[in-house]
Amino acid sequence: MSIFVDENTKVVYQGLTGSQGRYYGLLNREYGTQVVAGTNPKKAGTDVEGIPVFASVADAVAETGANASCIFIPAPGVKDAVMEAAEGGVEFIVCITEGVPAQDEAWFFNKLKRDFPNVQLLGPNCPGIISPGKCNIGITAGHIAKAGGPVGIVSRSGTLTYQALHELKLQDIGVTTCVGIGGDPVPGTSFIDCLERFEADPDTKAVMMIGEIGGSAEEEAAEFIATKMTKPVASYIAGVTAPAGKKMGHAGAIVSGGKGTAQGKMDALRAAGVQVGHNPTEAGDLMVQIVREHGWA
Amino acid sequence: MEYQGKQFFASFGIPVSPGRAVQTVDDAVAAADELGYPVVVKAQVHVGGRGKAGGVKLATNTAEAREHAEFILGLDIKGHIVRTLWIEKASDIAEEYYASFTLDRSAKKHLGMLSAQGGVEIESVAETDPDAIAKIWIDPVDGLTDEAARAWVTAAKLNPLATDGAVSILTKLYRAYVDGDADLTEINPLILKAPAESGEVHALDAKVTLDNNAQFRHEWDEYEATQVRDDREQAAHDADLQYVGLEGYVGIIANGAGLAMSTLDVVNQVGGEAANFLDVGGGADAKKFVSALTIIDNDPRVKSIFINIFGGITRGEEVANGIITALGQIDIKSPIVIRLDGTNADEGRAILEPHLGDKLQMQPTMLDAARTAVELAGGTVK
Repeated sequence: MSIFVDENTKVVYQGLTGSQGRYYGLLNREYGTQVVAGTNPKKAGTDVEGIPVFASVADAVAETGANASCIFIPAPGVKDAVMEAAEGGVEFIVCITEGVPAQDEAWFFNKLKRDFPNVQLLGPNCPGIISPGKCNIGITAGHIAKAGGPVGIVSRSGTLTYQALHELKLQDIGVTTCVGIGGDPVPGTSFIDCLERFEADPDTKAVMMIGEIGGSAEEEAAEFIATKMTKPVASYIAGVTAPAGKKMGHAGAIVSGGKGTAQGKMDALRAAGVQVGHNPTEAGDLMVQIVREHGWA
Repeated sequence: MEYQGKQFFASFGIPVSPGRAVQTVDDAVAAADELGYPVVVKAQVHVGGRGKAGGVKLATNTAEAREHAEFILGLDIKGHIVRTLWIEKASDIAEEYYASFTLDRSAKKHLGMLSAQGGVEIESVAETDPDAIAKIWIDPVDGLTDEAARAWVTAAKLNPLATDGAVSILTKLYRAYVDGDADLTEINPLILKAPAESGEVHALDAKVTLDNNAQFRHEWDEYEATQVRDDREQAAHDADLQYVGLEGYVGIIANGAGLAMSTLDVVNQVGGEAANFLDVGGGADAKKFVSALTIIDNDPRVKSIFINIFGGITRGEEVANGIITALGQIDIKSPIVIRLDGTNADEGRAILEPHLGDKLQMQPTMLDAARTAVELAGGTVK
């Protein structure tokens, strides 16, 4: 099984007619994702290589039965796009767009929680989600992941996620679902949201978690792992050497007031029984070891 | 800087002391004469501790204003040379408070902090007397109501005479934080003027951190112009690269922020020190590599360069071609080591192969490449 998405997920791409939306929308379809629609109020009735374009998410849902959306709308339009998706009736929203103002993120996170409690937002500023062999929504290169299980991956960083998928594939280890939650200050989906679902998913036997400096999401995840998880977790935290007060590429990746350091996060995870690697390769090796020891692959 | 923060606050109706930003001694004296004495002459620098460094002085007449302006302009405060002064009408202070709004990432709500102990560093208050800080979590959908603000002010145990003024200023400060797209708005100290019976509350200092992502809906050019960037950071900013200057000697280029951060860590793990963080982004544009390599090679600290690429949708051979094209266009002094992995890594490596030599090396893993980069820089590998 997989979490959040599977082979029955039908996706509408908001911004399918833009260059990024078109490029990744078509790549996702090529991978096997059910890319059922795109939206653009000015181009309703047209199509992108056979994918019908509708004026709104609501229209796309009514016509195609889409139950997920993927947002490639530029940052200024993201707040409206997220609400349009929720009001349009999809239950899973993946927002790839980076550079969304923090005030907008904080607002729509709380708005969704209040008015659309059944809607799960992933992102913004995330690479998306892939359940290898079933569904790939976003910008992950599908072929670097091996389908099946027993590993679930959740990550704040795009390229480090690829690295993890790649290393597991080299060792012939499959992945149930790989979720890129993104590096922004208010991510729609948290580590804990994913850990909870991986814990409940019978095909996921172990979890790989990739974090980075900033905030306290890893510490909260450690608390969850210690108290609520039975499945083993291997982890890597990027940014041991990042200086305080400097944003390291991701809006959320900043050590401020001595909080959010990589060392603090690694300590918290180790205390929760997580195997923590010093670099992505080492974390991958630790995951492989866990899987092999248990005879899961 | 403070004066910009105050202008920002004033645009949201927050009462601040009248003042002028000036760059010369004569303008400082003219501003002081116009505002009326006493005035405070304040250094405008992007660093704390200016009071201790002699960068804030009270002037009661024209002669003193001139004397202080002459002293403070050009003053070196922790490596920052004072080029701008803020001349401000002095306030009689009855009490000093602290107020701020920021995002609580853990609660995913806005966090307001208010304390009757102002004028000192709030971090030290938080450590020594955490109960002295009244906190309020605000759902961004609801915003801060007058009623909630009033309860919050009461909880902070400010002088009751300050309640009405504080409620008014805090609701405005919240608007400035939200509508102004700030990551932080902070007043320290927030003052109750003397005599306290006046009930007048106003912002004696102003600190604002703007969210760069929201620039599209604001006119922030003047703030942009005053951001502190070193030469390397400015060049990278102009080339649209994610760059942070550091103090080490191994130049870093990686595709992706996480990978770049991880590259720094691995260099450190093998005993080296990175000169920078640089995320060249997705794609394989030779132009981006030209900019990235040029910025790094112009850095006198850099003794070797480590290019760390993981191919995803952009394939290994595309990136390899981008790098080779870039290297054909510029002359790079420092030796380079490349680690290329991921999609079509073998094809990419085959393209790099004929170009390899002393100045351009290749390693299969991040760790090996980091060791080579440190060796090439003359460092000691752990």
